[in-house]
Amino acid sequence: MKHRSLNDRLMMFIIYTLLILLGFSTFYPFWNALVVSFNEGMDTALGGITFWPREWTFENYSIVFQDSRILNGFYITIMRTVIGTLFSVLFTAMLAFAMSKQDLIGRKYYMVFFIVTMYFSGGLIPSFLVTRSLGLMDSFWVFIIPTLISVWNMIIFRTFFRGLPDGLLESAQIDGCGHFKTFFRIVLPLSGPVIATLSLFTAIFHWNEWFLPSIYINNENLLPIQSMLQQILNSNIMSEQMSQLDSAAQARMSRMRSVTTKSLSMATMMVATLPIIAVYPFVQKYFVKGVLVGSLKE
Amino acid sequence: MSQISTDTRVMERKKTRGLAVRLWKQWELQLMVIPALLIVFIFSYIPMYGVLMAFQDYSIFDGFWASPWVGFKHFEMFFNAPEFWTIMRNTLVISALKLIIGFPAPIILALMLNEVKQMAFKRVIQTISYLPHFLSWVIVAGFAMSILSTDNGSLNILLLSLRVIDEPIGFLGTAEYFWTILVSTNVWKEIGFNSIVYLAAIAGINPSLYEAAEMDGASRLKQISFITIPSIMPVIIIFFILAIGNLLNAGFEDILLLGSNPVLREVSDVIDTYVYRIGIENQRFSYATAAGLFKAVISVTLLTAANYIARRSGNSLW
Repeated sequence: MKHRSLNDRLMMFIIYTLLILLGFSTFYPFWNALVVSFNEGMDTALGGITFWPREWTFENYSIVFQDSRILNGFYITIMRTVIGTLFSVLFTAMLAFAMSKQDLIGRKYYMVFFIVTMYFSGGLIPSFLVTRSLGLMDSFWVFIIPTLISVWNMIIFRTFFRGLPDGLLESAQIDGCGHFKTFFRIVLPLSGPVIATLSLFTAIFHWNEWFLPSIYINNENLLPIQSMLQQILNSNIMSEQMSQLDSAAQARMSRMRSVTTKSLSMATMMVATLPIIAVYPFVQKYFVKGVLVGSLKE
Repeated sequence: MSQISTDTRVMERKKTRGLAVRLWKQWELQLMVIPALLIVFIFSYIPMYGVLMAFQDYSIFDGFWASPWVGFKHFEMFFNAPEFWTIMRNTLVISALKLIIGFPAPIILALMLNEVKQMAFKRVIQTISYLPHFLSWVIVAGFAMSILSTDNGSLNILLLSLRVIDEPIGFLGTAEYFWTILVSTNVWKEIGFNSIVYLAAIAGINPSLYEAAEMDGASRLKQISFITIPSIMPVIIIFFILAIGNLLNAGFEDILLLGSNPVLREVSDVIDTYVYRIGIENQRFSYATAAGLFKAVISVTLLTAANYIARRSGNSLW
């Protein structure tokens, strides 16, 4: 048995305490939001809901699932995530496959062309004007097309493709496979882990992204769920902040605010977070690898 | 002599013909690159060129080609704007706070996690701490709103029951708390995920170093400060340089979501949110582009300087 000094034991005590505190403070907001989403709205407004619901109810969720606007928001988000991820990963992987070939004519120029965009950009306003002049305002394709190519993901894909055995690709060529056929029949099926990782990151980006719709989408039927949530929460935060101003404003706001807004927004938040929490445990081991591959290339 | 030049000419011609043949042979590969070139050209390069509108009085009706050139007018307007110094202060303070607190936090977490020998406990803490990275800022802001609200916020409930305060505090509506809230939510969201690279770096340290130190009777704290931290220093430096290059990106989504209220503008308005408000909401395109370009110029300067310092000292230091 190893003898440990008092100092070491004290340090371990502090470390465990801090880690438990961190774990708790990360976990608690989820738990509290879940609890509030299962608590009756009027009762929540009385205050004091922390670890356990006082008045159990599924009503918040049933309202969420009956609200056609919210359901439509989910539909848009799912469509956007599926189509956006599929296209982006496919086009980026295809680009990376070509870029992984040493004999690709113009490879060096292409690489500089892509890398430059990682450091320089036109910024918000010129990008906004370009996107608008292309007629992408109020179009579903504004979610898909501008984010089609990720230079960062291309570099990770390319690193992976270079690691594939040369003999395999050569023998495919000898058997009469063109580059397209080699890519779809041989390279893609062999790239499971890297496709899984980058699809996950791309999908999470599409699922979470709310800012593009807030500037490009006016049509309510095209708003993804995160943007709708942002509008709901923003009015909530605003009223919270306004209530600090004066009692007249406070009275006005509280009359405007439905008492169950909070319960409803918590239920919507939970539903919007659920898919991420559901896939998270299965993909955790992939993304740790993905992050490390990414950081190696810095 | 002439023999050689004829040979070169023939070879040149062969090369040109060879290029066309080679291009034709790899038409499939070239076809894989073309869509990407187009997309990146349209959505990255045209906006870069469009930055020039910062030197124009851009009007939607005249477009980029017909709008009159006005030199540095919009930059001067921006520098003389009454809110310029507030915005600069907020940008710098928020960036600095995020760097000073947000940068070491994941390193400390990685160092602490490394000391934990109970694998199950370690895995639970890691899994929980990574998770917020995958949530949108909208959700994180929703959590913050819920925890900090006056009517049923858990923080107010806690402080009231501990008798620290007598009245609920409206954290989200008070300017003094804004920076603290902003930095805390940022640390909350990213600490776990950012610790991954440091944990990986720590895992790569030769265990015999620790064994030798233990033989010599070094305490855990001594081992951390004389073995672990120096060993991961190269990684820390790389990430610090990247962070310096990003210094002016005080954040956008978080500030837009948590600090969009006019009550908080005095402390929450940074260059990015100003560009958004003036450009997208008020449609003053040239002026907003000038403000954005000003930020980009400082950012690129910082990045170049950081890179330069890194190249000068990087290898010699470690």
